[in-house]
Amino acid sequence: MKIIKKAQAGSFESSDILVLVEPLNDNSGRKIEIDSTVMKEYGDSIKALINKYLDLHKIQNIHLIAKDKGALDPTILARVETALKRASQQ
Amino acid sequence: MLYIPGNNPAMLQQGGVYGADSLLLDLEDAVAINQKDAARILVRNILKEMNFYDAEICVRVNHIDTPFGMEDLEEIVPLQPDAIRFPKTETPEELKRLIKIIENIEDKHGLPHDKMTLHVMIETALGVQNVFDIAKLSNRVDAITIGGQDLTADMNISSTKDGSGIDLARKMIVMAAKANKIDAIDTVFVDINDDEGLRKDTEYSKNIGFTGKAVINPRQIDIIHKVYQPTQEEIRKAYKIIKAFKKNKEAGIGVFSVDGKMVDAPVMARAAYVLELAEIDFDSI
Repeated sequence: MKIIKKAQAGSFESSDILVLVEPLNDNSGRKIEIDSTVMKEYGDSIKALINKYLDLHKIQNIHLIAKDKGALDPTILARVETALKRASQQ
Repeated sequence: MLYIPGNNPAMLQQGGVYGADSLLLDLEDAVAINQKDAARILVRNILKEMNFYDAEICVRVNHIDTPFGMEDLEEIVPLQPDAIRFPKTETPEELKRLIKIIENIEDKHGLPHDKMTLHVMIETALGVQNVFDIAKLSNRVDAITIGGQDLTADMNISSTKDGSGIDLARKMIVMAAKANKIDAIDTVFVDINDDEGLRKDTEYSKNIGFTGKAVINPRQIDIIHKVYQPTQEEIRKAYKIIKAFKKNKEAGIGVFSVDGKMVDAPVMARAAYVLELAEIDFDSI
């Protein structure tokens, strides 16, 4: 999957997460920023979950911003997948 | 049956705690056109991970003639929820087409054709006209439901609380369901602040033969359960009838009386249904 444009998915509603992605130049790697209402407790695990998904789909050179309002793992993954799919479509 | 918008994570993850017998995860009318992709992926993930306790899980997909229907089926059918709800069904031919698509996906994933059932939604005058042919088309169809709001719009009439404009359609749908021994699920009562109106509408729905009712707000569940549950008196009477039936059967007597009233096969069937609703085991009596 190649990220070719900016895209977003999700919302600021409770139990949801807003995910924004944009492409970076080649060899830039990943820049991931997480902000969460449960940052202290789950910030690291949210970041790990997102990184694992990006690893699985071999996605590099991406800037991803996630604003979390207490989303569970299936929701986090759904919003990341949706944002990436939207960002990879012409 | 509680409608849950497919793009609402909070409601989806809490769906199992509201006490509804059935949850309808909605990818169709409750989802904005530009969020169809997001809802489809979210519902797929939630179906894989969440526990909905004892509730039956049904997913309403978009119609196969929309740009979203095929993708909905590709994502949802492999997960085999209890049922797929198909909206705006108008002819047996389109239902046949839907079943073929579903079975092709099931074949691709090595899944059986007899596990997941179909709930067919009738929401147009043409659908009402064809409902008897639709209901009998396939034994995968185990419920017919009426979409009151869309049907009202299709008929170009105003929606009223007593539902008089769609009364004939409701009765035809019930009759088609009964003729094929499947469930008939009534449309929603949209005024969530009118408890008395909901109770009256549900009583009417039960009296004309619907076996359940859809709700748009968890607050409506209790009222509907109270109306559909048999009363203590009905359960007591049914219990007596079944007990007398068993006793008379042993003595070789087919028709007998309970409390001065004749009991024959239809009365027996009704008593058995009441006990089934009350979750009383027939064999334990």
